[in-house]
Amino acid sequence: MNLLQALKMGLSGIAANKMRSVLTMLGIIIGVAAVIILVSLTTGATQSITDRISSMGSNLLMVNVFGRGNIGSLTEAEMNDWREREDIAYLAPIINGNQEVKAGTETISANIVGTVDDYLLMNSLTLSAGRSLADMDILGRTHVAVIGSEIADTLYEGEDPLDKILKVSGVNFKVVGLLESSGSSMTGSNDTRVLIPYTTVQRLLQNARISQVTIGVAEAEQVPAVKSYLESELLSKYGSSDYFNIFDQTELLSTLAETTALMALLVGGIAGISLLVGGIGIMNIMLVSVTERTREIGIRKAIGAKKRHILSQFLVESVVLSCTGGLIGIAAGIGITRLVGMLVTDLNGLVSPSVVAIAFGFSAAIGIIFGVYPANKASSLNPIDALRYQ
Amino acid sequence: MLEMSNISKIYQMGDESLYALQDVSLRVAEGEFVAIIGPSGSGKSTLMNLIGCLDVPSTGTYKLDGKDVSDLSGDQQAVIRNEKIGFIFQNFNLLTKLTALENVELPLLYRNTSSDERRRRALDALKQVGLSDRAGHKPMELSGGQQQRVAIARALAGDPPILLADEPIGNLDSTSGKEVTDLMHSLHRQGHTIILITHNQEQANEASRKVSLYDGRIISDQKVCHESDADTQAASASAPDGKRVSQ
Repeated sequence: MNLLQALKMGLSGIAANKMRSVLTMLGIIIGVAAVIILVSLTTGATQSITDRISSMGSNLLMVNVFGRGNIGSLTEAEMNDWREREDIAYLAPIINGNQEVKAGTETISANIVGTVDDYLLMNSLTLSAGRSLADMDILGRTHVAVIGSEIADTLYEGEDPLDKILKVSGVNFKVVGLLESSGSSMTGSNDTRVLIPYTTVQRLLQNARISQVTIGVAEAEQVPAVKSYLESELLSKYGSSDYFNIFDQTELLSTLAETTALMALLVGGIAGISLLVGGIGIMNIMLVSVTERTREIGIRKAIGAKKRHILSQFLVESVVLSCTGGLIGIAAGIGITRLVGMLVTDLNGLVSPSVVAIAFGFSAAIGIIFGVYPANKASSLNPIDALRYQ
Repeated sequence: MLEMSNISKIYQMGDESLYALQDVSLRVAEGEFVAIIGPSGSGKSTLMNLIGCLDVPSTGTYKLDGKDVSDLSGDQQAVIRNEKIGFIFQNFNLLTKLTALENVELPLLYRNTSSDERRRRALDALKQVGLSDRAGHKPMELSGGQQQRVAIARALAGDPPILLADEPIGNLDSTSGKEVTDLMHSLHRQGHTIILITHNQEQANEASRKVSLYDGRIISDQKVCHESDADTQAASASAPDGKRVSQ
């Protein structure tokens, strides 16, 4: 008896109980599909985030300082020193927080960012109308605001928002610029942002602390040099690296990659459990099948089937069940991932061949592992007892 | 062909040893038609299991076709069963999901026979039992007698030296039973060695030799005289002790 005949026998065994076979396969189908869908969506989301970060340019540095009082703040003098360097093209201090903003009777929650004009350039934000924050706004601590498109649409529906009044925690600001819609970035939606001069924020909050600065390095290859310059500057100021950190894009990307890889593993692992449950379902059904077919096994053995003939017959059955389930699961997984990508914007699953291969390999292995016990039980039956079985 | 000497089969029931067969010796020559007869509990089934290599004796030796088969592993027994024994069961034991032809092919499936060869030999065997036209039918679509004939074809397909029939007409009505009995006689005439296990005297009397079992022992072993071959055996029948061959 060769493999082909064993395969034929196994298939006819499956065909003899179609409904039961389909239900058994369902466990594997769901398991494989779940693994593929979840891992694909996670990697897809990761990919889109990393793409977005890379699109911001890889030459940004983010400086954060900690500490109490004026110690934990960057000074104007320091920032001016840094601005004067040729390898630093942009520098934007950032003071941000979430606030309700009002115009007339409309209210919306917004992300208020106290900053300078460079912020727009570094975050690839463009104006659709009006002007940006000007140097005189910074110096004069003026009450002007550049607002995101969603804020404009909500608060000034159908009207031109320019020169209108915007209330930020009770203080009036004049809208001078309107940002083009650009979707979300790593730090939230750009469309619900309100940009105002950082100096104005300092006055309103009665707090001059600047603890966060984004720096745009002129050329990407100068990033390490600028970073080490900033590190040595801050180290001499604070005496310890505990009081500040400097993130560059690559560091951010690798942190993100690590986190999401862990996430994918976790999600895949949870889905893998359902695959395991499916495997137990296969074992269960195979055991029932062995009992049901005790007589058949007895007849086959009496006629001259060896242990391995019976073993392979049942093993082929469970492997065919799990592999067919695996293949259907792959098709379903890829299909559903695509469907989600079409229905949900910003969530495009990325089906990697390795995930498909692993999911299929795992389902095949489950067929073998959970098939061995029932198949072995079948092949070990004593032909005399098996023939007598009613 | 078949040679059993001092065979015993002992079952251990707790502390007690139960002798299913005790010191049984039996020789069957090629071409014989032997009926083994006995009431239930006499050890018929045990003897059949031993002859059919489904079981091994506790003591004694069993030679089948010149090969000692008294102490074989499960797989070795399977090979012997496949090559040397053609089983015919009381309840036919056909696989209900396979067609008659596929059932007959089964013993060849467990040898390395090509599918063409398998088909040819299975069809031959079906022809021998007169069921060529039922090759594609499932057992359920056949009458009892036809099913048993398919089972006989299956036993014949592997061309084994011995056909071992266990109450082959026990589940059949008299007409079908006659059909099957006639078929077995014609196979015997063609030179097949047949061992028939039965509890039915009438049936046993149709064989050429009758071995009676009682309580695990052989109590008689005699040649049977038939009306059909009365002419040829008339001389020997009249001779004193002509019927008795061995003890």
